[in-house]
Amino acid sequence: MAATFFGEVVKAPCRAGTEEEEEEEEEGRRETPEDREVRRQLARKREVRLLRRQTKTSLEVSLLEKYPCSKFIIAIGNNAVAFLSSFVMNSGVWEEVGFAKLWNEWCRTTDTTHLSPAEAFCIFYHLKSNPSVFGSCTRKNTQVTILTCRHVTDYKTSESTGSLPAPFLKALKTQNFKDPACCSLLEQPNIVHDLPAAVLSYCQVWKIPAILYLCYTDVMKLDLITVEAFKPILSSRSLKSLVKNIPQSTEILKKLMTTNEVQSNIYT
Amino acid sequence: MFVPCGESVPDLTGFTLLMPAVSVGNVGQLAIDLIISTLNMSKIGYFYTDCLVPMVGNNPYATGEENSTELSINAEVYSLPSRRLVALQLRSIFIKYKTKPFCEKLLSWVKGSNCARVIVLSSSHSYQRNDLQLRSTPFRYLLTPSMQINVQNKMKSLNWEEMEKSPCIPEINDSEFCVRIPGGGITKALYDESCSKEIQMAVLLKFVSEGDNIPDALGLVEYLNEWLQIIKPHVSSEDPTVPSLRWKMPSSWRLLFGSGLPPALF
Repeated sequence: MAATFFGEVVKAPCRAGTEEEEEEEEEGRRETPEDREVRRQLARKREVRLLRRQTKTSLEVSLLEKYPCSKFIIAIGNNAVAFLSSFVMNSGVWEEVGFAKLWNEWCRTTDTTHLSPAEAFCIFYHLKSNPSVFGSCTRKNTQVTILTCRHVTDYKTSESTGSLPAPFLKALKTQNFKDPACCSLLEQPNIVHDLPAAVLSYCQVWKIPAILYLCYTDVMKLDLITVEAFKPILSSRSLKSLVKNIPQSTEILKKLMTTNEVQSNIYT
Repeated sequence: MFVPCGESVPDLTGFTLLMPAVSVGNVGQLAIDLIISTLNMSKIGYFYTDCLVPMVGNNPYATGEENSTELSINAEVYSLPSRRLVALQLRSIFIKYKTKPFCEKLLSWVKGSNCARVIVLSSSHSYQRNDLQLRSTPFRYLLTPSMQINVQNKMKSLNWEEMEKSPCIPEINDSEFCVRIPGGGITKALYDESCSKEIQMAVLLKFVSEGDNIPDALGLVEYLNEWLQIIKPHVSSEDPTVPSLRWKMPSSWRLLFGSGLPPALF
């Protein structure tokens, strides 16, 4: 609770997130078996499922066991995905092997059983010409690269964020990642959270070499300059061998931009 | 689950576990940061869980170039074997409905690792104090029955105030009385579970409001220090109003209230 300047008392949100816990505790006391069942069903509906591309049946074994690989690259967000599609996946033949299906209360689609591949939020591809390097995959042989973007105002610095040369690249790597990063490391007290953090945490805990490349930008929608800010990564050991034709990639990227541009004009 | 940094699981038999509750003002977490930083505790493992929002960053206790690039995650364990101290630091908030599973997993790890006792550093909303509490010290303690046997006398000699009971349902006049810790996050749940599992646990908390809670964190570690003597107690010739000089603030406490301001603003 906090008092405003005008003397009214308002409930201010607690940054430690403790209001929800008190509600949870009360709910827990009043919960009936029906409530518990509803909650269980909701949890099942929200489970992430990995499905095979053609047959849409579940992948019974872990994806990395079925498709052992030495390099696992994950792009999160439209600019990171555009970079990967144009610069890495334009060379060689990439085969779609599966997709992840998920649903939560923010999804606009209500049908969770028949999600079409176009609505899939996460698709897995593997390079046909080089499917595996070391045969059966143990966690230790895989190197993970994560690409994502954040808004430049998330970056903490003693200068004002308005003076920063956005877009710019920063990296975070796990203890077992021994190669040098293609840009400077993310300084304290900056942090990363959500999916990229979840992947990097997993890799740090289970000693998998992994690196996160984070592009701080002031344009969060698909943008050419932001995507090109990822270019220094092309010289890294993990991506160098996968990149063949950069001028062609730039063309593919330009085409991606124009198809995605929303022609918005209030006069037409 | 606990995952060690090295190859083997360190032996924590007889150690005192210090941990925060994610509570109002994040005071417990700030206090644990001060303890880890001042005592230069080493990281011994991770408490890998899906109950907390994921987060990563570089070493928050970095003192120079050489140690600034170790990755840290949202729940890590540090130790100081010479003082038989182990500290768990939690760096993000709980995911909805995951507080109970977290308490269960945590306490089962505590029991399995044979820690002698657990001390939870926490805080509670200062606006919820009753009249008596408003007039007294803002610090309180709580002990589980198995802990009471060992340290009740020490608490009396320190002249500490035990957390008072208040009506369980404040709106109802003849409601039963129980210990309530509004804004304390998982403090009450941990305390209740420890009582039923006969774990020796003490809760040390301060009544705070949200804002710049660094002074509250300094106050809480000084309170803990009266009991555990983690660093030597202040000498009377020293200025007692400056506890901040005795505790080392970690480098990650920079820019707590955001980036610099654009000069054009002025």
